[in-house]
Amino acid sequence: MENLGLLADGLAAALTPMNLLYAAVGVLLGTFVGVLPGIGPAMAIALLLPVTFGLEPTQAFIMFAGLYYGGMYGGSTTSILLNTPGESASVMTALEGNLMARAGRGAQALATAAVGSFVAGTIGTLLVAMFAPALADVAVEIGAPSYFALMVLALVMTATVLGASPLRGLLSLFVGLTIGLVGLDLNTGQPRLTFGVTQLVDRLDIVVVAVGIFAVGEALWVAAHLRRKPARVVPVGQPWLGRNDLRRSWRPWLRGTAYGFPFGALPAGGAELPTFLSYVTERRLAKRATLKGRGTGAGPGGDEFGKGAIEGVAGPEAANNASAAGMLVPMLALGLPVTATASVMLSALQGYGIQPGPQLMTEHADMVWTLLASLLIGNVLLLVLNLPLAPLWARLLRIPRPQLYAGILFFACLGAYATNLDPFDIALLLVFGLLGMAMRRFGLPVLPLILGVILGPLMETKLREALTISGGDPAILWSEPLAIAIYVVLLLVLVTRPLLSRWRSRTESRIVAEAHEAEAVTEGAQR
Amino acid sequence: MSADLETPASTRVDAAQYGLAAVLLVVGAYTVYDAMTLDVGFADPVGPRVFPVVIGAGLVVTSVLLAVATARGSRPEPEAGEDVDVTTPADWPTVLKLVGVVLLTIATVGWLGWALAGVILFAGAAWALGSRTTIRDVLVGLVLAVASWYGFVVGLGIPLTPGVLDGIL
Repeated sequence: MENLGLLADGLAAALTPMNLLYAAVGVLLGTFVGVLPGIGPAMAIALLLPVTFGLEPTQAFIMFAGLYYGGMYGGSTTSILLNTPGESASVMTALEGNLMARAGRGAQALATAAVGSFVAGTIGTLLVAMFAPALADVAVEIGAPSYFALMVLALVMTATVLGASPLRGLLSLFVGLTIGLVGLDLNTGQPRLTFGVTQLVDRLDIVVVAVGIFAVGEALWVAAHLRRKPARVVPVGQPWLGRNDLRRSWRPWLRGTAYGFPFGALPAGGAELPTFLSYVTERRLAKRATLKGRGTGAGPGGDEFGKGAIEGVAGPEAANNASAAGMLVPMLALGLPVTATASVMLSALQGYGIQPGPQLMTEHADMVWTLLASLLIGNVLLLVLNLPLAPLWARLLRIPRPQLYAGILFFACLGAYATNLDPFDIALLLVFGLLGMAMRRFGLPVLPLILGVILGPLMETKLREALTISGGDPAILWSEPLAIAIYVVLLLVLVTRPLLSRWRSRTESRIVAEAHEAEAVTEGAQR
Repeated sequence: MSADLETPASTRVDAAQYGLAAVLLVVGAYTVYDAMTLDVGFADPVGPRVFPVVIGAGLVVTSVLLAVATARGSRPEPEAGEDVDVTTPADWPTVLKLVGVVLLTIATVGWLGWALAGVILFAGAAWALGSRTTIRDVLVGLVLAVASWYGFVVGLGIPLTPGVLDGIL
């Protein structure tokens, strides 16, 4: 329970009126940007990172926590009201959430998403406070070979397990690793892949890479394929939850949290799988309850799934947020980011001269606890601010598209320019924007690239550290039991992957087909 | 999608993927070449070469695999989204206009300063994307650019260039 005491100290440090103001501004900005169509949480954070440049680390973290949760919540608002999820983790939320919105229950969908995010985020942050220090204690003992193995695991898993095409995932990973090579070699000080350009010598700024690929890439891709008929926005009132909605929501929130947190903490877990599992679970449980005569819905099937079931929003949303908290465990304890959002956060920490890793917990303990406490505060503020503001956020979805994407480009360029006050960074941004557009065109996943950029240099350091100890004998790479165990796990995952993905795509396509069917029926009835 | 339904995927090859494979092959090969020009230091059994050589080789191998997969009919799944309609053919003039606007910003931000270059960027991008309310866009852009300039310079202490407006702002 020592950890909780430390967390309380962190809360005390973070809870000043000025800091609360920063947290509130962070939540509002994060939600504002997260709600905008086409912007996911990772992109929202990357875009808003320059705002924290001028602040003290503590204040920056607090604002950051607000941005983070605000961006996450903004994304789910978009998917519920527009039925076009901005990222794969919101696919499941969009499914039932949009059906609810169309059935006039959008307010309840937004409320259960907000409260579910709050519950999952709070439990998740507390779990991080319990686990991360313990893991860090163990992690200090991990040798370079095992560290290297862990990074190989994270990279290969994100490249091959997530996403539709392992080949394209690997391609994207290698491009990312190549981008990570640019700059001075850390040991010998020789420039690599710099083409004699001085600005490239001190490595590429991950923020410029991330904003270029996410924001500028998205703007260019939208420009190439702008939907001429704007998507339908469902109007929404003040979010609230009735007694019945609350009764139906709390179990899915907790179950979603239980799915989300462990997956988030795994290398290459991400939110995609737990949200999916949570949705399937809630659906099955609803069906079983109906068979036992305890059905919740009024429809002929007994349960409301396929017609807008609140359980189908509550569970996946909680899973999404819990996994977002879970990813902090490897990030804080091992310095290993496993999602795009974590990569961007990690680069923000590095901007303050903090090298994440096992030492982080001992060397910058106060900062870590302040960050965790800020996350709790951000979570509360999210609930307090966003429930009343939801109708306002919904109106953002009606911004005309030319101005919306012009604004995204404007802020992307501003952020890149503000990092070094050098127009060269805007040029780099454009180059990565074109790369991002090409990746969207060719179906290359973005996450392996971002992880490759940030983990590549770290991996090389560990590889060289290990091989220096052994005098160049590669056998040292599998000399530790942990390293061997990691490679065995990797092998097992690669072998079972085809089975898993077949099961998933089959279930998923069935669910989507049923949802479309239900949609067609309701639309037919309306006519 | 409708075009895909008319012609079976197996008979239509996404030729552009060959271009992607070729570009990435060149990047991978250059990475290996660049690594070979480095000196290996003393007392460093690995040296700065090994890692880039492995990555470059990996990129070369995966691009060859992509070319093979393309020939065998593997097609990409373009990313869909809220405002993206992948069923329409790509609108390259719009993309080029947008790229041109960003290039113009890069060229002018140094001497015009952010407050003016930002206006060109916002209004120009909105115009490129099909907005025809140019006067309103310029006004909105002016508000955004001037506000963000003050926000960064005064609020965050990041000295964005005032450019030609030095002394006025």
